[in-house]
Amino acid sequence: MAHTPKAAIEPPIPGILGKAIVWADARFPLVKLYKEQLTDYYAPKNFNFWYYFGSLAMLVLVMQIVTGIFLTMNYKPDAKLAFASVEYIMRDVTGGWLIRYMHSTGASMFFIVVYLHMMRGLMYGSYRKPRELLWVFGCMIYLCLMAEAFFGYLLPWGQMSYWGAQVIINLFAAIPFIGEDLAVWIRGDYNVGDATLNRFFAFHVIAIPLVLLGLVAAHLMALREVGSNNPDGIEIKKNLSADGTPKDGIPFHPYYTIKDIVGVVVFLAVFSAIVFFAPEMGGYFLEAPNFVPADPLKTPEHIAPVWYFTPFYAMLRAVPSYFGTQFWGVAVMGAATLILFALPWLDRGKVKSIRYRGPIYKWFLTAFVISFLVLGYLGVVPTTVWGQLPKGLPLVGGMDFATLVARILTAVYFAFFILMPWYTAKDKELPEPERVTY
Amino acid sequence: MSAIVLNEVDPKKRRFLIIASSVVGAGAGAAVAVPFVGSMFPSARALAAGAPVDYDISKVEPGQLVTIEYRGAPHWIIRRSPEMVAQLAKNDALLADPQSNDSSQPAFAKNAHRSSNPEYFVVKGVCTHLGCSPTYRKEIGPADLGADWPGGFFCPCHQSKFDMAGRVFKGMPAPKNLIVTPYKISGTTLTIDADIKGA
Repeated sequence: MAHTPKAAIEPPIPGILGKAIVWADARFPLVKLYKEQLTDYYAPKNFNFWYYFGSLAMLVLVMQIVTGIFLTMNYKPDAKLAFASVEYIMRDVTGGWLIRYMHSTGASMFFIVVYLHMMRGLMYGSYRKPRELLWVFGCMIYLCLMAEAFFGYLLPWGQMSYWGAQVIINLFAAIPFIGEDLAVWIRGDYNVGDATLNRFFAFHVIAIPLVLLGLVAAHLMALREVGSNNPDGIEIKKNLSADGTPKDGIPFHPYYTIKDIVGVVVFLAVFSAIVFFAPEMGGYFLEAPNFVPADPLKTPEHIAPVWYFTPFYAMLRAVPSYFGTQFWGVAVMGAATLILFALPWLDRGKVKSIRYRGPIYKWFLTAFVISFLVLGYLGVVPTTVWGQLPKGLPLVGGMDFATLVARILTAVYFAFFILMPWYTAKDKELPEPERVTY
Repeated sequence: MSAIVLNEVDPKKRRFLIIASSVVGAGAGAAVAVPFVGSMFPSARALAAGAPVDYDISKVEPGQLVTIEYRGAPHWIIRRSPEMVAQLAKNDALLADPQSNDSSQPAFAKNAHRSSNPEYFVVKGVCTHLGCSPTYRKEIGPADLGADWPGGFFCPCHQSKFDMAGRVFKGMPAPKNLIVTPYKISGTTLTIDADIKGA
């Protein structure tokens, strides 16, 4: 087939830069990409506060990559040198403390932003048809983030790094039959050691970030394909104007780029306040035992994971061992994250948005959010925090009260998902509007 | 050029070739993965670093716990006082596996005190739940562990409790008693060596 040269575009701006764009566009889909992704991408015009967190997650991702690259310039992934190299970054490298605090604060802020982003998806039904794959990619991004955070947390080689990794790797040892060998394979030694640190460094700085970037690209491509959902949960593509664009849509650029910049400014103000005034965040972003070098012979008095893992950690702790194995707790914790993937197929409601959902769904969602938050709290405190139940009670006598609460809330967490096909189908929903509202 | 006949594709043959070449390709891919997966197992150097360790137990006071490192993991030597040994027999009601039937120890330590000599208790100081190192809580009935605490080990990670013979309490996250690594005592020298048989 004969090659047909591409029709030259008009220079979008006068001068040499305009000519350069014309030249490049004849050889690369420059203008096409710009239009597809930004100016010809119509997003619903009724986005609210909850729609800031997607672009903020992108911002944090970029910050983590940039600060991470600069940290690797001075960090040493060696069990004998790692702790001291982090101290060196903090004390002797010019600006090192700032780069490290940006990275450590960025890790926690990433989870805050992503949890709010997921909450938005839950409230407005953003996971519903035709956005199932968009949601699935998002869940995979969340899993990658957890892996990234876990691998990264070992690198400073403090007490919490060491014992946190020890506990999480031993979760895999609980898998029947292959568990012990699997744990040895993950560690590369019989205990967490230099081999473990070295490979976690490799995963943290290259393997997981590559997968993460690929997934973010897939997430955005799927979003551009199906279009954004909105707080009303209705499809704006159903109402088109004469030129074929949605009546209720506005071009992403310049309208939402401008809006997102407002979010970025507020976010960076909060971010800077944390970095400069409370980088440890009272032990929640950087835990105190991690300022002590890793000691394989001594576990700190109270160990807890960083806050973003604590809801799942509380579930792990709440499940007792049966039949001589603690695999059940591990299974519950794994299921709690994996069940998110099934959400698009569990929801039988006719409407997507919480605005038109019936009361049963609202109660379940509220119970779910409360259980997630309280489990998160219980995961950072010892199980003895609320004392013990009186010995005389049937079944629960003498049990730690916090453990009982964690068990009930774990059940609530799962009930939100498992009962969803039933309660969403049964609920009395309101009619959706034809056009978006504010 | 008449030998080339267009539009006469044999879809069966084509599918067979696609499947056959894909299977061979996948096999080659799996073969290449073997050394990569293998590289993540402990290296020859890590395997070699597991020599037995000796400790002179003559200096251990009654009630004292000494931590020594063996194969990268903490191991404890505890010289139990006569009261501690006497207490062990009273703990059965609290324990999940008082006879150590479902736990890991050399044959000589499969008894109520889980050791060859009731006075010296040697155990791997690693919780059987998720690998933390429990803390030594020899005092009886402290405020935080309750009045019926008989003395033993408390894991700070997930609150598993063990008695002074490393036997796990009922209803704990930890499924099994602490592991007794094989050892031998000759004179005042205690040797921890996983390769010692039943003894």
